[in-house]
Amino acid sequence: MSHGEPESFVRKYIFSVDHKVIAKQYMITGLFMALLGGFLAYALRSQLAWPGDSIVGLGVIAPHAYNSVVTLHGTIMVFWVAMPILVAGFGNLLVPLMVGAEDMAFPRLNMLSYWVFFLSTIVIIASFFVPGGAAGGGWTAYPPLSGTVHASGVNWGMNLWILAVALEFVAFLIGGINIITTGINMRVPGMSMWDLPLFVWEELIASIVFLLAVGPLIAGAVMLLLDRSFGTGFYAPSAGGDPLLFQHLFWFFGHPEVYVLLLPALGIMGEVLCAFSRKTIFGYRTIVWSVISAGLLSFVVWAHHQFVSGLDPRLAFPFSVTTILISVPFAVHLFAFIATLYKASIRFTVAMAFTLAMIALFMIGGVTGVINGSAAADIFIHDTYFVVAHFHYTLVPIVFFATFSGIYFWYPKLFGRLMNEGLGWVHFAGTFFFFNLTFIPQFALGLMGHHRRIANPQIFEFLRDGQGLQVLSTIGVIGLLAAQVPFVYNFFASMVRGKPAGRNPWEATTLEWATASPPPHGNFDEPQTAYRGPYVYSPPGEGPDWIPQFEPPAEALEPDTAISETAS
Amino acid sequence: MTNSAIIEQPMETATELPNSRMAIWWFLASEVAIFGGLIVAYVLVRLHHPEWGEYASHTINAAGAINTMVLLTSSLAVVLAHQAVEEGKLEKASKLLLTTVAFGLVFLAIKAYEYTHELHAGFTPVTNLFWSFYYLMTGLHGLHVVGGMIAMIAVSRSVRRGEHSARVECVGMYWHLVDIVWIFLFPLLYLAS
Repeated sequence: MSHGEPESFVRKYIFSVDHKVIAKQYMITGLFMALLGGFLAYALRSQLAWPGDSIVGLGVIAPHAYNSVVTLHGTIMVFWVAMPILVAGFGNLLVPLMVGAEDMAFPRLNMLSYWVFFLSTIVIIASFFVPGGAAGGGWTAYPPLSGTVHASGVNWGMNLWILAVALEFVAFLIGGINIITTGINMRVPGMSMWDLPLFVWEELIASIVFLLAVGPLIAGAVMLLLDRSFGTGFYAPSAGGDPLLFQHLFWFFGHPEVYVLLLPALGIMGEVLCAFSRKTIFGYRTIVWSVISAGLLSFVVWAHHQFVSGLDPRLAFPFSVTTILISVPFAVHLFAFIATLYKASIRFTVAMAFTLAMIALFMIGGVTGVINGSAAADIFIHDTYFVVAHFHYTLVPIVFFATFSGIYFWYPKLFGRLMNEGLGWVHFAGTFFFFNLTFIPQFALGLMGHHRRIANPQIFEFLRDGQGLQVLSTIGVIGLLAAQVPFVYNFFASMVRGKPAGRNPWEATTLEWATASPPPHGNFDEPQTAYRGPYVYSPPGEGPDWIPQFEPPAEALEPDTAISETAS
Repeated sequence: MTNSAIIEQPMETATELPNSRMAIWWFLASEVAIFGGLIVAYVLVRLHHPEWGEYASHTINAAGAINTMVLLTSSLAVVLAHQAVEEGKLEKASKLLLTTVAFGLVFLAIKAYEYTHELHAGFTPVTNLFWSFYYLMTGLHGLHVVGGMIAMIAVSRSVRRGEHSARVECVGMYWHLVDIVWIFLFPLLYLAS
């Protein structure tokens, strides 16, 4: 529309300002890093199941290398897989399309944010190859493990870790401001905030939470770098500093961060759920308010990560209360999803299967979270595999099940075709089965007392009985990785062999289905208008069982009535 | 030429706020989070260290006070620049932005004098935790001053050509934030003893 389509290959596919190309760049980078993070998971699980044995594809893992493997597995999965795919990838693809904009508010800043992110990816991969290896202080990078060279034996790996994470924060700050501005400001006429698709709401709140939570950690990371490089003592008790300070700064960001990942995932699920249950979402406004209240509460729960760190015990009680309280808005949210399914005419597609599975698995993650959240129980299970199993039951459904659901659902808007459903069902069945096989044993191992950061559980007598469970869990992760093979094949093969999708293959209602698949540069053939809320499914009477947001009403209304709600 | 012809008309948006203004507000919110986190961390650590009052007495209060005045005056200049843009006086706006940059230079010169003086007196970033915080917070603030000056030079050039006049307001808002941060830093690092 206003800007012409670029001609040269470089401007079109590499240094592109088109939000859809940038979305693909984020997603493909994220999926590639997921393979790397998955390989690290395989490596650390193999070490735990068969300690000291040579691992196929990597060799023997020395104890300090094990630390690096664990640290980088967590770091990569959170910062280089979940963030780029869920927040930036889907956010870039869908927010402009869903609000009917021709691109993001700031296309060139958008391109900048991707390339800063790409640079951070190079830095974190490079950190494997520097002398001393990659960072080994855990993904939380607590000092003193991260604060001095001699604590973890890693010098440049840790410095590069800090640099890479800092670059990533810059990328997502720029990207987040862009998404917020686009979602609020670029809505088509007729679309009030209460007509926004749920996904846009969840992206907005997630971006705002990220933007407000990350600041203190940016300051904290600078202080950590100064401690390491120039000998200041912000986190060194010998110099009057306090390692707890870093934990506060880290978790003030770190806990909201899990909601930054969760919210876009819930948004994806909401869209998929409505389209395949042929029903309007149950309690749209209730869901939005629950998301907003969860966003606010997420700023006052962080110290539940520090119950055993020497935190003032008087603080444990209020943080227990807020932590258990924050499960309420998410329970409301998920129950609204379940209520949407009530008496629905469900269409079982692969995308729907992943969303339904995500609801079920996330419930287990959520319920075990309430157990961790009470300080008394946490003191017993802190830093054990019970906690590891808990957060994988939240994060794997968030990061992978919701992502897969979204990819199967919006693949037409990425590549103009449909993915193969048969291969999709193989992918789903394998992922679901092997995910549970991987993590159910870890709950039991955690209750036996398996600490999350030991490289060889067999040296502890009380853990030797658990070795069978360790092997089971490791078989699970190998199966989980193998189950991704049909997906990777499907993802690439469907680009050329998939069935052409047409504009609206799922008979869905939101604005991204108004345009061609894939949408052209500038997104829409003509300016769009929103005539109704986002989820009008199965209206009473004859006719199709969905009325898109962009379809003008049947009886010609006065042209200005539909637009009267614009400014709100 | 009428004023409305000179001033670029922002794209119509759903909220009627221009995109640039909305984005800069969110950007400033993220800056508040960075400095807010740092200031809260400093205050909490300091509450455990009553002896920092004595360290703080080695900062040069007069220099800090003069710098506070310099920054406040520079904010006035940037407000006048914004007003000039609204009135369509682009040449004047451009000059006022450069005036603000000049005040920024004065601020940095005084800050450099302070640093030199303090380093010579033996107070380095690793002397103790107070001085670590002092150099970190004033240094980070100083970097923001430099960033704002670079942005204002760029905007002053484009405004003179009649382009991107809406950006004057954006750099102005950013400059106010840099100013406000200093108003927190000055009592916390210099005066409280």
